[in-house]
Amino acid sequence: MIWKFALGAALAVLALPVAAEGIDDKVTDFTLDNGMQVVVVEDHRAPVVQQMVWYRAGSADEPVGSSGVAHFLEHLLFKGTDTMAPGEFSATVAANGGQDNAFTSYDYTAYFQRIAADRLELVMKMEADRMVNLRLSQDDIVTERNVILEERNQRTENNPRALFNEQMNAVQYLNHRYGVPVIGWKHEMETLDLEDALNFYRTHYAPNNAILVVSGDVDPHQVRALAEKYYGVIPANPNLPERLRSQEPPQIAARRLTFKDPRVAQPYVSRSYLAPERDPGAQEKAAALYLLSELLGGGSTSYLADRLQFQEQVAVYTGAFYNGLSLDDTTFDFVIVPHQGVGLQEAEAALDRALADFMREGVDQEMLDRIKLQLRAAEIYALDNVDGIANRYGRALTSGLTIADVKAWPGILQSITPDQIMAAAREVLRPEASVTGWLMRDAEQKTKEEVTQ
Amino acid sequence: MRAFVTALAAWVFAVLPALAEVKIQEVTSPGGIRAWLVEDHSIPFTALEIRFRGGTSLDAPGKRGSVHLMTALLEEGAGDLDAQAFARALESLAASFRFGSSDDAVSVSARFLTENRDDVIDLLRTTLHRPRFDQDAIDRVRAQVISSIRFDAKNPDAIAGNTFAAMVYGDHPYATDGKGTEQSVAALTRDDIVAAHRGVFARDRLYVGAAGDIAPQELGRILDRLFAELPEAGAPMPPKADVKIDGGVTVVEFDTPQSVALFGQPGIERHDPDFFAAYVMNQILGGGSFESRLMQEVREKRGLTYGVYSYLMPKDLAALYMGRVASANDRIAEAIKVIHAEWQRMATEGVTEEELKNAKTYLTGAYPLRFDGNSRIASILVGMQLDDLPIDYVATRNDRINAVTLEDVNRVARRLLKPDKLHFVVVGRPQGLASTGTN
Repeated sequence: MIWKFALGAALAVLALPVAAEGIDDKVTDFTLDNGMQVVVVEDHRAPVVQQMVWYRAGSADEPVGSSGVAHFLEHLLFKGTDTMAPGEFSATVAANGGQDNAFTSYDYTAYFQRIAADRLELVMKMEADRMVNLRLSQDDIVTERNVILEERNQRTENNPRALFNEQMNAVQYLNHRYGVPVIGWKHEMETLDLEDALNFYRTHYAPNNAILVVSGDVDPHQVRALAEKYYGVIPANPNLPERLRSQEPPQIAARRLTFKDPRVAQPYVSRSYLAPERDPGAQEKAAALYLLSELLGGGSTSYLADRLQFQEQVAVYTGAFYNGLSLDDTTFDFVIVPHQGVGLQEAEAALDRALADFMREGVDQEMLDRIKLQLRAAEIYALDNVDGIANRYGRALTSGLTIADVKAWPGILQSITPDQIMAAAREVLRPEASVTGWLMRDAEQKTKEEVTQ
Repeated sequence: MRAFVTALAAWVFAVLPALAEVKIQEVTSPGGIRAWLVEDHSIPFTALEIRFRGGTSLDAPGKRGSVHLMTALLEEGAGDLDAQAFARALESLAASFRFGSSDDAVSVSARFLTENRDDVIDLLRTTLHRPRFDQDAIDRVRAQVISSIRFDAKNPDAIAGNTFAAMVYGDHPYATDGKGTEQSVAALTRDDIVAAHRGVFARDRLYVGAAGDIAPQELGRILDRLFAELPEAGAPMPPKADVKIDGGVTVVEFDTPQSVALFGQPGIERHDPDFFAAYVMNQILGGGSFESRLMQEVREKRGLTYGVYSYLMPKDLAALYMGRVASANDRIAEAIKVIHAEWQRMATEGVTEEELKNAKTYLTGAYPLRFDGNSRIASILVGMQLDDLPIDYVATRNDRINAVTLEDVNRVARRLLKPDKLHFVVVGRPQGLASTGTN
């Protein structure tokens, strides 16, 4: 029975601090005169540096009719500038033993290089260059448009779950741009041209719309000197548009959809609710929702797993998800993958019964304590991955949060009470504000499989 | 701009001395168990990577999927703890255990804080020695595995991988998916799971890497606590596989807009004297960076794909040289034609001095980037031991890369690359492609 002892002892013994202090000690920030924000995360264990430049511009900032242009432009930034030939950027990084890439989401576009620490100046010079000096040719456009169409094929068209998610989002967001996929609708991607790309570039790429995050074996003073030399000389764009997006109206009617595809191997039910995101200076509700997602669907000890996978045995998998890093309203999501022989109707009903019971029973304090303990430990493990900390800042600062908000977040998570969690649950998990999706095999396939089984 | 770049490339060797600072110690426990360790006391936790050689290839005849299911069941209860009590105990210790199985090894990855290390090690010990394999857990996890097998049956990449393996490996365990089939997994009993456990966990196939906040003596104590009581020997290792590949194309009809192609030919062993030359050659041909010939020709010049790459795959019991590409059904034939032509061009023309220089500076410069954190370092340490590399390998690896000459690369390109043996398995509705016959 030593495990009972270990279990009991562990909760008493593990006096983990709210460990953000450890991370905060490594973080320095300042702002250049032209408005470019800079965050430095120090880690001197290995002579490696990562430079990231995050733009406050993502797919939700695209003009109507040009879906996918933010991501298309991200690809095109690897073409030439006034002084660099197409492909020379990545070739130079590689020739210096470094790796580079970029990614786009709804609220941001980010570019990064990982390289030996003594090459920071080289990559900074090149990244600053392509912030304003991009030169594109018609050939670049046609070839790279084919590449992003193949990327859409790979990520979405070839994957029924991705197509289903796309439809779920489109139904969830009636009026907000989050309803349009980051990579773009295929028919609009096919029409993207040089002018679309350059318009997006000229509108959004400027130092006062960018955040530099440097992590690794660097000295903040050295980073400041280099940043001033290369980014500081780029004038701010005085005409930077405000990020005004059309917002969602209150959802007053439940929405449902069914997506059928013969390539579906495992049917499942997906459920989403419109939910508030982390707001600057007001992250408590988001923290409550994050803890709610962990309580309900954070792993094999969670409420839904216990109820639906272990007790009722109607599901092979259940999950609950909430991501509060978003400029505008986000979603709170559930998925239930039914057991063989359990229909989607039955699975959905079981999910709803379990949620209703949870709302009656309230928060299991012991489970909440375990989740909070894990979160404190996660802050210690996070010290092993400074690039992860760099990401945390980049995503937060492009989602409308401040550095103070990022630093406060771990403490806020620890401060949340069961009452706050249940209040957030009652506010968000309302049937009339839900979207329910069924991913199914098409009927023909179903019949065929039933015959062969 | 070009001159500027070249000047910078010249000081690339400035990076290298720092790598020697990754100081690897060999630790031998009082009970005689060995591990490699990189000590770093700056963060109060340790990453422990444990491997048992053999993996799913140790499945007994007719019991395909037993090692995979057994491994998945390790986190489903041990000692006095049933599945959920086990998960709660692990959460309360703020530690994580991950269990995995591949063709060549069963892996156990543990991460734990310094302050309650002994409690975590006790739990891990019970997990390895006294897993419960409760019938309800077996049935629950079996259902998850079968769900995943069905998923693979509709996944172009999994279909391509399984088709390729079946074509290449004959009746060797490598020929089929280690997860097993729906039928074989459905038939597994608790006795089969127990037998798989006995076959896998033995000292004669154990490898350990550790990194983080732990001293050698402490690690030695832990090694004995975890492993001293394991049996000396486990299930017999399977023989080497006969690799049989004829050039050509196999089309697997699957109704999806983008065809996925997996391609391959016989490869080169990890301990072949030409392995480093082959590694450098592959970096130039299709090594996954934007600069590779395949990426330049198929993506950058023609826009035929989002990604194309090739990789050496020296497994314990066979060696392949593989690659992957995906293109719309009406463009995959052209992508394959370009890849085949590049394979041929590399075999006959080799590489240029410029390409060799760039590949070396990239490979030597990128190597230190891998050592970024305790978990990554522990994985590298255990991987080196599985590959039977010397303990000073990290300090000498870049010298070995730099020692590769143009003649070496071009010799290995001629020797290794066999365009007439290169086989493409294409899953989709490719236009202008048909299967070339049976292999």
